[in-house]
Amino acid sequence: MSKAAVLAPGSLAAPANIRRSSARVSGRTVVLVCYVVFLMLPIYWMVNMSFKTNEEILSGLTLYPHNPTLRNYAVIFTDPSWYSGYINSIYYVTLNTIISLSVALPAAYAFSRYRFIGDKHVFFWLLTNKMAPPAVFLLPFFQLYQTVGLFDTHIAVALAHCLFNVPLAVWILEGFMSGVPREIDEMAYIDGYSFPRFFTTVFMPMIRAGIGVTAFFCFMFSWVELLLARTLTSVDAKPIAATMTRTVSASGMDWGLLAAAGVLTILPGALVIWFVRNYIAKGFALGRV
Amino acid sequence: MDMDWMAWTTPTAIFFLCIALMLAAMTAWEVVSPTVEAKGFLPMRTTRGDRLFIGLLGSAFIHLGWLATTDLSLWGALAVSLVWTAVVIRFG
Amino acid sequence: MDKVQDNRAWFLIIPVFLIVAFSAVVPLMTVVNYSVQEIFGPGQTFFVGTEWFEAVLADDRLHDALVRQIIYSLAVLLIEIPLGILIALGMPGGRSARTSLTLVLLALPLLIPFNVVGTIWQIFGRGDIGLLGATFRAIGIDYNYTSNSAHAWITVLVMDVWHWTSLVALLCYAGLQSIPPAFYQAAKIDGASKWAVFRYIQLPKMRGVLIIAVLLRFMDSFMIYTEPFVLTGGGPGNSTTFLSQYLTQMAVGQFDIGKAAAFSIVYFLIVLLFSFVFYTIITRTGEGERK
Repeated sequence: MSKAAVLAPGSLAAPANIRRSSARVSGRTVVLVCYVVFLMLPIYWMVNMSFKTNEEILSGLTLYPHNPTLRNYAVIFTDPSWYSGYINSIYYVTLNTIISLSVALPAAYAFSRYRFIGDKHVFFWLLTNKMAPPAVFLLPFFQLYQTVGLFDTHIAVALAHCLFNVPLAVWILEGFMSGVPREIDEMAYIDGYSFPRFFTTVFMPMIRAGIGVTAFFCFMFSWVELLLARTLTSVDAKPIAATMTRTVSASGMDWGLLAAAGVLTILPGALVIWFVRNYIAKGFALGRV
Repeated sequence: MDMDWMAWTTPTAIFFLCIALMLAAMTAWEVVSPTVEAKGFLPMRTTRGDRLFIGLLGSAFIHLGWLATTDLSLWGALAVSLVWTAVVIRFG
Repeated sequence: MDKVQDNRAWFLIIPVFLIVAFSAVVPLMTVVNYSVQEIFGPGQTFFVGTEWFEAVLADDRLHDALVRQIIYSLAVLLIEIPLGILIALGMPGGRSARTSLTLVLLALPLLIPFNVVGTIWQIFGRGDIGLLGATFRAIGIDYNYTSNSAHAWITVLVMDVWHWTSLVALLCYAGLQSIPPAFYQAAKIDGASKWAVFRYIQLPKMRGVLIIAVLLRFMDSFMIYTEPFVLTGGGPGNSTTFLSQYLTQMAVGQFDIGKAAAFSIVYFLIVLLFSFVFYTIITRTGEGERK
């Protein structure tokens, strides 16, 4: 229970209880605060390093950059082989989100509203793909996309990521759609709406929070995945995460540059997450809370 | 389109054909007489399709176990699996 | 909710069906085909029957990797689930700015590309340039994750805790949010202890999300690849070589395609079995609540 509720005027009648509860509450808060500090420390260290020169990094430990420099970021933003990695990543992630959402929306509606032959089995089959180790599919994916001439294109990575994002999208959307009463569908059909018109003008606005969360999750899982993205690309569609291995050179590691590139991969997620903060938890529970 | 890379062999083709036929048969059966969820010796209520899946998954592990522990012909594992699948579908 | 029986709903499934079939069924069939053949190159294949499966089942290094994998996954669950619950219980309530900030901070590690997670810990843990490594050295512990197996193993585990405990915490938080305030008021009137509130109100309400959390954490840790690959490369020795690492080594490193394919199938079957059991539990629990 939250501290505010315990300290509400009504509970003043039992002072002993207050003292005990607030002591416990603060104990839990301490755990939370410690954990958040534990989460932030490594990230801070990387951010810290990204503003240092390599001389400062290697010469000794400094808790903050003594000679702050933007050189590492400047390298990334001026060198096409660096920033094209970001453009590639954003391109295939966006493509994947659009594909996943557009095929998952009708399917999720079908699962949430109808019973049909094999429904549960198809649903489980979709789910097994989310659970299949990507390493299993590495080799045939490589062969498959080479054969159909999609190797090293953005669409190849987008399609490959559909393997786990489409099932995920169907599952989350189904959870949100099941929360909308059937009566709304029936009223609309009685009012003479066709299915496509009802779906796009009535139903989709009603579950827009769900659609937003689903888009966020597709974005996220496509953004963090590297194994498939790296295998299916070589030059033209190479993701930023794969470009980062370039910092290993003959003259040793360019730690500052590596840190700066890492910081830039966190930023898009950090920006998007703010918009869905109140739905993240529900999304992670796959719409089932 | 060149599909050589899929490296089809007769046994695997027969295997997938059997799976496809099984799915088709189950669908047809479902249309003719819809399944009812029932409780057998398995710990939860299952439909026919669930029991087929459990039978097949079990069969896969029976084959793996057979390979790991014996040097006998794999037909033995197939025979055991068929009995297992039949039992699960009928009594599961 | 009562669903309507209508087989025309299949038309709505077709796009999903086609796209997943293209990216899952065709590759899966190919893996099965590869697993019964010796492959030298395109068009140069020889049927070998179940030889690869026998080789995989008798492979000692694979058994070691499997044992390591299971111990690792269990350790992940044993640490992350209780810790996640504890963190969720400490979350501030209501829709305040503090709640939002905590949510965003907690979710942040989940949005970092897997290899960058490895990089962060690589930078953080090194003795010469990392805060963690340097701190250990300062207090006299000879910490080195690149040469000491135990240190490497623990670092990979701590990294996983850092990366994923938030997921468990967020799920539990969602579960806790669904408890009506009236429950707490009733408990207070009864003079229930904090433990009783947790045991009889909060834990039952979190049951559904906890099963999802266990499922997701088990599957993801069972398939872990990129983070240890970046941090330790599977070493030192084989101490952090988990199943996916070993599989990738086999397929890409040694080009043992047939054996890797057989391995993939065994791996997939194990995951399939676990998913089926968990999925059955999840869906049956849901039904129980609705009735």
